[in-house]
Amino acid sequence: MRVKATTGLINSRQGLEDLRRSLTAGRDPNKTCIAICTGTGCHAYDCMGLVAAFREEIGRQQLGDRVDVTATGCRGFCERGALLTIYPQGIFYQRVKSEDVKEVIAETVLQGKVIDRLVYADPHSKEHFVHQEDVPFYRKQQRLLLGNNNRIDPTSIEDYIRIGGYAALGKALFEMSPEQIIDEVKESGLRGRGGGGFPTGRKWESTRHAEGQPKYVICNCDEGDPGAYMDRSLMEGNPHSVLEGMVIGAYAIGSESGYVYVRHEYPLAVANVTKAIRQAEEHGLLGENILGSGFSLKVKVSRGGGAFICGESTALMASLEGRVGEPRAKYVHTSEKGLYGKPSNLNNVETWANVPLIINNGSGWYSQIGTAGSKGTKIFSLVGKVNNTGLVEVPMGTTLREIIYGIGGGIRGDKRFKSVQTGGPSGGFIPESMLDLPVDFDELTKVGSMMGSGGMIVMDEDNCMVDMARYFLKFLEEESCGKCLPCREGIKRMLQILTDITRGRGRDEDMALLERLSGNLVDASLCALGGTAANPILTTIQYYRDEYVAHIRDKRCPAGVCKELISYFIIDEKCPGCGLCVKACPKEAITFVAKKKPVLLDQERCIKCGACRDICKLGAVGVK
Amino acid sequence: MVNLTIDGRQIKAREGMTLLQAAREHGIDIPTLCHNDALEPYGACRVCLVEITYKNGRNRLVTSCLYPVEEGLSVSTNSERVTANRKILVELLLARCSGEKVIQDLARKLGVESPPFRPEYIERNACILCAQCVRACQEVVGVSAISLANRGVSREVAPPFLETATACIGCGSCVYICPTQCIKMEDVGDTRFIHNWSVEFKLKKCKVCGNHFAPEAQLEYITAKANLPPGFFDTCTTCR
Repeated sequence: MRVKATTGLINSRQGLEDLRRSLTAGRDPNKTCIAICTGTGCHAYDCMGLVAAFREEIGRQQLGDRVDVTATGCRGFCERGALLTIYPQGIFYQRVKSEDVKEVIAETVLQGKVIDRLVYADPHSKEHFVHQEDVPFYRKQQRLLLGNNNRIDPTSIEDYIRIGGYAALGKALFEMSPEQIIDEVKESGLRGRGGGGFPTGRKWESTRHAEGQPKYVICNCDEGDPGAYMDRSLMEGNPHSVLEGMVIGAYAIGSESGYVYVRHEYPLAVANVTKAIRQAEEHGLLGENILGSGFSLKVKVSRGGGAFICGESTALMASLEGRVGEPRAKYVHTSEKGLYGKPSNLNNVETWANVPLIINNGSGWYSQIGTAGSKGTKIFSLVGKVNNTGLVEVPMGTTLREIIYGIGGGIRGDKRFKSVQTGGPSGGFIPESMLDLPVDFDELTKVGSMMGSGGMIVMDEDNCMVDMARYFLKFLEEESCGKCLPCREGIKRMLQILTDITRGRGRDEDMALLERLSGNLVDASLCALGGTAANPILTTIQYYRDEYVAHIRDKRCPAGVCKELISYFIIDEKCPGCGLCVKACPKEAITFVAKKKPVLLDQERCIKCGACRDICKLGAVGVK
Repeated sequence: MVNLTIDGRQIKAREGMTLLQAAREHGIDIPTLCHNDALEPYGACRVCLVEITYKNGRNRLVTSCLYPVEEGLSVSTNSERVTANRKILVELLLARCSGEKVIQDLARKLGVESPPFRPEYIERNACILCAQCVRACQEVVGVSAISLANRGVSREVAPPFLETATACIGCGSCVYICPTQCIKMEDVGDTRFIHNWSVEFKLKKCKVCGNHFAPEAQLEYITAKANLPPGFFDTCTTCR
């Protein structure tokens, strides 16, 4: 449905609007378009194979002039990939496979019939939802940032311009002074989405007022939290929205040089942002004399090597300079002395992507969304033991319950909810009694966790909280840069203690010692990695103390996770002797007796791998 | 001049000084391990933590080696919070470097007897990772022959690729600056060995006394850097 741009360099705001009009006019709104999600999650479901299969089938049936196929960015409902939408009807199909292609073309594209099997059905109510916006997972979201991922091909600047892209840039450059932009962003209440939650407008203002030239703007796409992919999906799915925010910010700050620091492990994000920069330069939306305004900005892409610490602003800047990515004390802020010792403004991908929205719609509109202290929407990466894993964008202040049950569809396998960890590996664990907590920067901090960049990991009754704390400490031990003593040596010792506890070697004094070391980590660490690393321990001790006590005093793991503290046994009355577990056991610890007789488990041989329990559908393998 | 209070004493300090410099200038002792006046402040050991209170009453812990003096600031170098944290830091160090005298002395001063960890986890590392050697090599000597390698608990001072420090000039600055003497250097006849970096250097023989007085590589480096005439180092400093 796209018209190939014949534009080249645009040198005025009017030129941009003319291009937008011609792109819209050249597009037949009634032409069928199959928009297939090609986000990270759907790649695992072979979405590229699906795109190829559709293209091939359309070619074979010579439907090219009637049907378009667009590969879009991430739609967020990763649990149900591969996803596609057929426009103009807006028919939403999920769990689509290459084998379905012929049927989709024959039934839906050519005859307008809905294929029931591919429509989302609510697992509880069994109700079918033909349109994406009706699906409970989407209905309860407010997808201001992610919504456009549905509508555009991220590698096409024409698509972005057609849906209104770069209009905010035009407005900023030609209708607003840098000070007015900063005031607008300040009044919007936008706070940094990378974790710190610092007011974005104030950061811009201090960089603008700082002495020294050149000034730098930096986009932090070094997302490293396990299970989090918000920034990745924005950068892959709508890179121009991030760039547009950066150009507006650079103009407001007075910077002509920018960097996008993106993880090398995000190849698609690297490719799409690199392409977007080239396209924007070719269209006069980046580079020299943007839209003929006299303002220039050069943006370069720098790839990070994968160290978690390089998401920290000073470490990121050191890495950009080609030095080892280690943080330094921020007693002098990076807005004054940052990259190469010059005033530098670093914002997260999601923060930058919010800027065009604010400029287009005004701070008054924006500040109505969210809570008193946290404005706008926030993207969360909802993972773990929920039914609907994926990317969720909700207004600040939405409760955890709404996110986990309303959007996430509740806990998998009707297990009981135990905890949700927010904010990445150094976030805290929040218990069931706090599910009605409205999620914003301040509320999460109050309960000992944090917003972080928006990770949200849900745990159920089968998760051992001591083991979870150990798991995240292990991650942090590996990712600590090792420069400062409390983080390097403190986390190591805390991990030793936690490991001992999970192995039945806990000592009575261990909990107090963990709390003491945690206090030191918070007080004495050089950067926020160490400063927040104690959250998993402190919150698990606070909210799940009984589990620690069970491990230390009774040498018992109530969730049945810690291998040294558990044993598996066969529940004779439930076991029909089918022998599935006998085959699954890697150690020949289970012996088949006879049909309809329970199997025998040899505790001496058992290595507690849990394979028997996993494979038994009858619940005949118990754990104690 | 900036007016501030350290441990209750009114102090005037020059703009741009750090809290550590201001305190030491007035005879107030703050322990340090990674600090060296010859090097840029680093802030890794955290032992020099002090508690500061701003004019608005807000307080926090900062590293005095890095924090600049500020008008009206109130600083405590030995508040309860400072001492408690410093003790833990020393316990952590003692658990890593249980055999090092520098750490044992500091522990004794703070009343730390033994680290609160299981005995089997106590280590006898010689290096406290203060990075003074690496920084002296880079900032003072200017050759960066060694660096910090690996991350987190695996962090160590090492030559490139853990092989030979090919850029080393054998000056021994790393050896002299090391607070735990964990870098081993010896001069045997006309050869200098720095064992940690797997390097050896031929020593220059003094034309007059015949003593081997400095590595030839170091003398060449200085000659080139300071643009000295050839033959400048033919005699040792004693005989010159």
